[in-house]
Amino acid sequence: MKQTFLDFEQPIAELQLKVDELRFVHEDSAVDIADEIARLTKKSQQLTRDIYAKLTSWQIAQVARHPQRPYTLDYIAGLFTEFRELHGDRSYADDAAIVGGLARFNGRPCVVIGHQKGRDTKEKIHRNFGMPRPEGYRKALRLMKLAEKFGLPLFTFVDTPGAYPGIGAEERGQSEAIGRNLFEMAGLRTPVIVTVIGEGGSGGALAIAVGDITLMLQYATYSVISPEGCASILWKSAEHAAEAAEILGITAPRLKQLGLIDKVVNEPVGGAHRDPAAMIATLRKALTEALRSLSELPLDELVERREDRIVSYGKFKELSPG
Amino acid sequence: MTWLQKLLPPRIKSTPGARKQAMPEGLWVKCPACEAVLYRTDLEKNLSVCPKCGHHSRVGARVRIDQLLDAEGRFEIGSEVVPIDSLKFKDQKKYPERLAAALEDTGETDALVVMQGSVASVPLVLATFEFEFMGGSMGSVVGERFVRGVRVAYENRVPFVCISASGGARMQEGVNSLFQMAKTTAALQELAKARLPFVSLLTDPTMGGVSASFAFVADLVIAEPGALIGFAGPRVIEQTVREKLPEGFQRAEFLLEKGAIDMILDRRTLREELPRLLALLMRAPAPAA
Repeated sequence: MKQTFLDFEQPIAELQLKVDELRFVHEDSAVDIADEIARLTKKSQQLTRDIYAKLTSWQIAQVARHPQRPYTLDYIAGLFTEFRELHGDRSYADDAAIVGGLARFNGRPCVVIGHQKGRDTKEKIHRNFGMPRPEGYRKALRLMKLAEKFGLPLFTFVDTPGAYPGIGAEERGQSEAIGRNLFEMAGLRTPVIVTVIGEGGSGGALAIAVGDITLMLQYATYSVISPEGCASILWKSAEHAAEAAEILGITAPRLKQLGLIDKVVNEPVGGAHRDPAAMIATLRKALTEALRSLSELPLDELVERREDRIVSYGKFKELSPG
Repeated sequence: MTWLQKLLPPRIKSTPGARKQAMPEGLWVKCPACEAVLYRTDLEKNLSVCPKCGHHSRVGARVRIDQLLDAEGRFEIGSEVVPIDSLKFKDQKKYPERLAAALEDTGETDALVVMQGSVASVPLVLATFEFEFMGGSMGSVVGERFVRGVRVAYENRVPFVCISASGGARMQEGVNSLFQMAKTTAALQELAKARLPFVSLLTDPTMGGVSASFAFVADLVIAEPGALIGFAGPRVIEQTVREKLPEGFQRAEFLLEKGAIDMILDRRTLREELPRLLALLMRAPAPAA
């Protein structure tokens, strides 16, 4: 597949173009330019490393939304076996913006749920750009309850711009669906491991992201509001999105520093989409470790620990009495 | 225009100037709905509900508490918890400046006031949003006060009631604000296990992160007439779907019709109805009328 480059990756794109041209020449030419190709490829990798070493928050937001970034179903295919997708909320519809089902992780039966974006235009529309409606959250809740009932650990993958702001979504209780999941996940009697793989868009992300351990990929984002949304409200112009991204504190290292996530999972040079296989291998290690640490806890302790943790979120000052 | 006003549809939007016109400090007040000219004291005696058309005006947290709670035996919870600027957040104004301005305007240190007390002698803990404090937005302090209120309710085995009026999560505290949605809602687990009622009263407006967390996860979900209630703001929806929104969309009456809430209660009946409902859930004798 042809590589899509972001604006700030243009120098890499130009170098890559040169390499591709040389490769083309190389194929039907007697002149051996393999050395030159190798040199330029190495240079391109170094350039990628250099550029990625100092990405701004706004650039990271672009990587998190990269059209070639692996989505939930890509991670399911790479990390799990025997995935059997389960559909529908049993009362209204099957929302394709959230996928879920039974699977095995390292041979162990589990339930997996995630937001799903579409690759091409047709699929993007089918998946509603990864923006769930209430029936998506209710399907997710049904699968969470299934996991609890059969003692299966739950893995969730977060990648959404947000819950869908539509007329039907409001009519069918978008607020209630999200709130209900927050409530039920807090008390769910099975281990819950959350991985933010792309965009963690506000309440629509959180509705499947309350768990015991939260992992976040290095170039994923997690935010109370999109940088554009924040900028258009506070600066009255979406053009200030880059500033908004910076102050909102949306990147994995920043959120780790603030104590809001547990672990940053490093991505391959240039982002997960440059080397999905390497990304999956790294993530498998992190998930295996996370599951092992939770499996040792008795259920009562697990749930108590989770509730204590959730209730401890927040930064404030306490005045002494009087 | 504040961020919240931008979310609201034009007809309930009011610039500070317009609000002053509708609610002058003088003797006479014009109802924003039916334009009847009312004697200010009459309106206040009528709990800020227009005696002519029944329009429910917004009321501040302390006024609300005075309208509802018995005068005796009140005890404020969580007032010692005050906000900090954990992100050093600065847009066109610094977050501490916005906090200071909100304190100046409302006399409150944050957007939630929690009070232990009773209504018609039925004991409870009441949490009330102050919408005039940064649009009633939920940050760390709102979340913490809410949780402390729930704990007091649990320890005293009394019901917990929350009156919402909020634009949603507070941007200036980033993901900490987002996680208050999980925090407030998770705290309700404890109440639910102890079979203590949580009653949620949705008032104008209840949106975003407040609407999509604890507000609908209640044993009884009640709304005030005409209140705007929803996940996404009407403008955002209009921009997304590029259609005109149906008449009365996201109003309390619309939600009742769609099955989203249990009932709509007139503010003037609340002091009678709330203890009655609580007593029914608590299997207690009917409160004295």
